[in-house]
Amino acid sequence: MSRVKLNHITDDDLVEGTSLGRDAWLRLRKNRVAMISLWLLTAVVILCFVVAWFCTDPNVINLTNKFASPSAEHWLGTDQLGRDLFSRILYGGQISMLVGFVATAVTLLIGISYGAVSGYMGGRPDSLLMRIVDTLYAIPFLVLVIILKVVIAGLVTDLAGWTVENFGWNKEFVFRFANIIPLFITIGALGWLTLARITRAQILSIKNQEFVEAARSLGLSDRRILFRHIVPNTVGTAIVYATLTIPSFILYEASLSYLGMGVEAPNSSWGILIKEGANFLETQPSLLIIPGLFFSVTLFSLNFLGDGLRDALDPKASKD
Amino acid sequence: MPLLEVDNLKTWFHTRNGVVRAVDGVSFSVEKGQTVGIVGESGSGKSVTCYSLLGLIPMPPGRIEGGRAMFDGQDLLKLSEKQLAAIRGKRISMIFQDPMTSLNPFLRISTQLTEPLRIHEGLSKSNALEKAIAEMDAVGIPDPAKRIHSYPHEFSGGMRQRVMIAMAMITRPEILIADEPTTALDVTIQRQVLDLIKTRQEELGSAVIFITHDLAVVSEVCDFVNVMYAGRLVERAPVRDLFADPRHAYTRALQASIPALQTKGEKLYTIPGRPPDLRKEIAGCAFAPRCETETRDQCLTDRRPELTEITPGHWVQDCPGCLGPLKK
Amino acid sequence: MLRYLASRIFQGFLVLFALYTITFFLVKAMPGDPFTGEKNIPEDVKRNMREQSGLNDPLFVQYLNYPKEVLLKGSFNYSIKKRRPVVEIIAQAFPASFVLGISALIFAVMLAIPIGVISALRKNSWVDYSGMAIAMVGICVPSFVIGPLLQIGIATRVPILKIAGWDSPIDIVLPAITLGLATAAYLARLTRGGMLEILSQDYIRTARAKGLSTGRIMIVHALRGGLIPSVAFIGPAFATLISGSFIVESIFQVPGMGQHFVNAIVDRDEFLVLGLALFYGFLVVIMNLVADLLVGFLNPRVRIAELDG
Repeated sequence: MSRVKLNHITDDDLVEGTSLGRDAWLRLRKNRVAMISLWLLTAVVILCFVVAWFCTDPNVINLTNKFASPSAEHWLGTDQLGRDLFSRILYGGQISMLVGFVATAVTLLIGISYGAVSGYMGGRPDSLLMRIVDTLYAIPFLVLVIILKVVIAGLVTDLAGWTVENFGWNKEFVFRFANIIPLFITIGALGWLTLARITRAQILSIKNQEFVEAARSLGLSDRRILFRHIVPNTVGTAIVYATLTIPSFILYEASLSYLGMGVEAPNSSWGILIKEGANFLETQPSLLIIPGLFFSVTLFSLNFLGDGLRDALDPKASKD
Repeated sequence: MPLLEVDNLKTWFHTRNGVVRAVDGVSFSVEKGQTVGIVGESGSGKSVTCYSLLGLIPMPPGRIEGGRAMFDGQDLLKLSEKQLAAIRGKRISMIFQDPMTSLNPFLRISTQLTEPLRIHEGLSKSNALEKAIAEMDAVGIPDPAKRIHSYPHEFSGGMRQRVMIAMAMITRPEILIADEPTTALDVTIQRQVLDLIKTRQEELGSAVIFITHDLAVVSEVCDFVNVMYAGRLVERAPVRDLFADPRHAYTRALQASIPALQTKGEKLYTIPGRPPDLRKEIAGCAFAPRCETETRDQCLTDRRPELTEITPGHWVQDCPGCLGPLKK
Repeated sequence: MLRYLASRIFQGFLVLFALYTITFFLVKAMPGDPFTGEKNIPEDVKRNMREQSGLNDPLFVQYLNYPKEVLLKGSFNYSIKKRRPVVEIIAQAFPASFVLGISALIFAVMLAIPIGVISALRKNSWVDYSGMAIAMVGICVPSFVIGPLLQIGIATRVPILKIAGWDSPIDIVLPAITLGLATAAYLARLTRGGMLEILSQDYIRTARAKGLSTGRIMIVHALRGGLIPSVAFIGPAFATLISGSFIVESIFQVPGMGQHFVNAIVDRDEFLVLGLALFYGFLVVIMNLVADLLVGFLNPRVRIAELDG
């Protein structure tokens, strides 16, 4: 027990004037766990998005070579249909990470705009907008995600069929995308609540500062003040929060896929691999454990990196 | 024998950005019933000095690198946490700068005020409460029997500082350490709180260590003054000597910057420059870069100026640069 | 106090109505209806059944009919697929989910609060690092990995534990751990954060200056404030836990509510979906209220501002 706050000595007072970004990077570099996470994450991204192109097709079925052990040809062995596990994990990772990143981007877009408008307007509109957020919090997320996904999937499939018919696009390609786009939209459309709250709180604290008064006295429009002068000041926090939502969205996607509500064949994702692996738990545990490992390591890295970024960018919020 | 004798205290902070020598060889003593001031700018190490005595320094990053603090025949710096805890709040109490944050907002005043009595003197709940009400009355809180059951947020800043004083004095400590007790208060309240500390001190015969950056306050309440700069003592003297005959350039600069002592209409005097970076070891005189004497280029650079007794009881850092006449 | 409660209950009704509205229109927007998948039923019979269930009424009439039925008759209608009252289905499945959820919560609290408190107390020590690493495992390893791992790792080795099933009290252990681990992980991090926040406050320094022991400082001075974020989190988390998790319940074959959430949507079983969503919303509203009251009890400043205001 030795936490006594001293008024005079903190690390930050002692750092000579460096820019915020450089300062944050220096702090991040000293955080060993965050740096290891960054390297692991880079490795996983390279594996899934670069190395994957040189791998065998993950959907080639070879029933004569089921449950093969690791070999030179199949580095991590094969699954119940004789498909190459390594290649399946890399391709599945693509989808899992895409869902995480794109859904987070959707979240950022909605959350920041909503929170910014609410905080800037203040008064009655603000309390109405925040009541809506409170209400949405009380909704069973999974139920809503599933319903919304079914609804949007219907629309997107119609749209995809229409593009194939009218533009003659490659059917297989279009439908592969049509299958994952609803996931981006649903998870993103429902995950912005916390971000909206965070942004609003930030806006409230910023909007009365002098530089905003200055902008107003120059006769700038509200929209310009809000999105040019105020919102950029909140983006740092938002990004830090977003880093922490990526892993939770990857987890949502996996849960949905596990329930059979996520991506569908020929696409696959880590959630699907894990679900299929769980069926052969007793005979071939590696089918569960290896995808689970990839999945968990990626989530670990994203979470630790997010924590590290938060500590680096906002030393006061890190509570240390 | 003095009540408390601090000798060559060193408290350093080992941070990621280097070793901060917050307190670097400070010696002073406190006699029974005396009021001793420790004066200096923010960051000069005056608070850290007192926190070190009571083991309130966060460790790590803080570490006490050396020195002794003799209190009633025992070295405070060598006591175990348990032995220290028995002294804290019983024989040496402390009040802090900000009464708004120093009281626990989750607990009733009664709980917080009776705590020292119950743990140090083993009083029963009702006895402790009775004494606590009497103490609240003594520090001038109206209607104490009722108000003792309130929460801190139901009190004003000045009243909370009174509660803090009551909490510190309730065990009749031999020493009260007051860490800038008036800085966070309104000017009108400052006066009352100073008077209250003085009165309670006289009634109980306690000694007071008064930490402040305000020389004007020192001149009113202290018997003896220690001036700190950059973790070191630059001058110490009885209060009358210090004000009548300040020797060190820093002490003179501090005095010159008391607004009340300056001629009306003139620009307020401020000390140029900033305190030094304590992460770098300063071999010579720490004040040299800001010194405004005619002899400033004679400031020691190779060795630290020693405290020397120039008249009985009046000690000053023996730096030829800082002791010279001020530039006109 | 009564006024506060009344306004909170009124707000709760608004929330539930908004929840109903959203769910209703989303369900209606889903392609197909409860009878689309039934190949064995002749078309005219289907038409009859639609008529009976009110599915042929104009959308707006349907939208108003359901709350009318609920409020006036207390009827949550029938599950079209299972041909049983929605209330009966929930009443049958809820006890298992409730028992599982409560056990998971107890497990989470018993594990997480001590880890969080000790981690905060010994910040940046190996205790802190390992505590937080374990918490990270709980956050990053999904229940559908932990569950099967517990099954092969523990259930196959410990004779009294079954791989799956819901017959004796001992069968609660593994699913409760699986379900509670993620909650425990968030809770441990929240507790640590909350405690660190409090331990850095000036009044903790005051308490130390008074000569209090570390134990007394923790219990009397720090815990109340430090646990506020955790208490606020436990409320809604509890609602989620006891409303049943499809994944955990299906892994361990627990006859709870989880299966209904997913199956009802797959089957387009409108009234069951609505009933389940409202039931869940009701639990969330109640638990939020309980959590807020608890926070008010812990924090005198909130008590003054909100309960009396």
